[in-house]
Order: sequence, then C-alpha cells, then structure tokens
Amino acid sequence: MIITNIETVPGKMIVEHFGLVSGSTIRAKHVGRDIMASLKNLVGGELKGYTQLLQESREQALDRMVDQARQLGANAILNVRFSTSSVAQGAAELYAYGTAVRIE
Amino acid sequence: MYNLLFFITLITVGYLAGSFAERYHYRSIHQREKMFINLPAVTIKNVDYPDDKIKSAKLVYGSAVISIDYFKRFTASLRNIFGGAVKSYESLIDRARREALLRMKEMAGDSKIIVNVRIETSTIGRNANKKGVGCLEAIAYGTALTVA
Repeated sequence: MIITNIETVPGKMIVEHFGLVSGSTIRAKHVGRDIMASLKNLVGGELKGYTQLLQESREQALDRMVDQARQLGANAILNVRFSTSSVAQGAAELYAYGTAVRIE
Repeated sequence: MYNLLFFITLITVGYLAGSFAERYHYRSIHQREKMFINLPAVTIKNVDYPDDKIKSAKLVYGSAVISIDYFKRFTASLRNIFGGAVKSYESLIDRARREALLRMKEMAGDSKIIVNVRIETSTIGRNANKKGVGCLEAIAYGTALTVA
C-alpha cells in the first residue's frame, strides 16, 4: 500500500478510482498520565505521554483507513489529510482521510 | 498569606524550570536542524525530478505536544488585559512546529526531498474547551520522495 499526500504517485499511472476512504479513532490516556501532564504544565516543555498517545492513535487511524482501502481492492491512497479535534476533556479524535486508487 | 506564598513559589519554579527547558530545547533543535540541512521540506507538489528517477513515495509525519510553563501563562494573562503581542506563546508554538518538522524528517530516512508539507496545530488536553491555551499539538506531514 502506497500512501502519499500529493495527487499522484510519481512514475505510476492511476487506472481506477475508488473514492474516499477514512479512518478515525478517539483515545484518552489513563488518569496517571493526565496527572503527570498537569504537573508538567507547571514547568512547561514537551508532554511525552500525550505525544506518544497521539502518535499511536494516528497510526491506528491510518491503519483503519488502509484496511478500508484494501477491502475496496485499492493499492494506493493519495492526497491523505490528517485532522485532530478534541471531543471531550482529555480525549482527542484523530482522523485520516484520502482517495483510494489502483495504480500500475 | 499561604496562598500568596504558594503562588510565588509556583511562578518562580515555572520561570526557572521553564526557561531552562526552553534553552535546552532550542539548542537541540538548532543542532538537529543542521543535521537535516540536506533534506529540504517544501510545500510545493511538483519537483523537477523526472518520473522514472523517483524510486518511491511515502507518507511521513511527525508531531509534538508542548505545554507552557506557569510563569509564562501568568504573563500571558497579564498581556490579555492590555493587548499586544503575546511573546510567551510565540516561542511555545515555534518550538512545537519545529520539533514536529524535525520528527517528520527523522521518519523520512534516506529520502531526497519531502514535498507538499502541511503543518497543523490543535489544542488538546484539559484546557482544550476553555479559553486558555493549555498545551498544543503541532503535526507536520508530507510525502517523502526517494530518488535513484
């Protein structure tokens, strides 16, 4: 599965379009992490727990998108975009979407 | 009285630890930016490599969540009264974005160039739905091209 965020895959031809595919996940960290993060808020700096959480969630969103594309019979996803929104306190939604195509 | 003492302690700790962490972080950012000087990240989509020269294209991304210290939050809330440039948030956002870009480049491995780079920011965490900026996430993503 080739994933890019440009409109083509260089050197390949698009032979079929399958439309939009997307994947999303909503995650929260356990209370311990939240407490650590609020302590870290005092001195500033990187919140490693949250960074890791978002990175894992983003990978999961991507995985779900790839699964969906695979079911359609696609072998590449083009023009992928990410978006993040916070739905509740301490929980974040990660969303990835793109266009599934078959290339040769 | 105790409340005031507590507050002053928080501010001092925030100021000392925060400015130390910021200096340390900037030093590491400068160092790593020099390491990646040969891997440009551009926002355009079409580059001048002929199609048959490009071996592979893959999505790369990197993110960083950075929070502001207590002292800066306090000065920013003072600034809100008079208006004007809020310097303490500028460095916060700058650090988050540059860190995200660097992590994206680290993921790119031996690629030649990263095209169509996008940078997004969003606030997350406890303060996300309130007015204040608690911590903020910057994400950078693009397509890494490997050239033969």
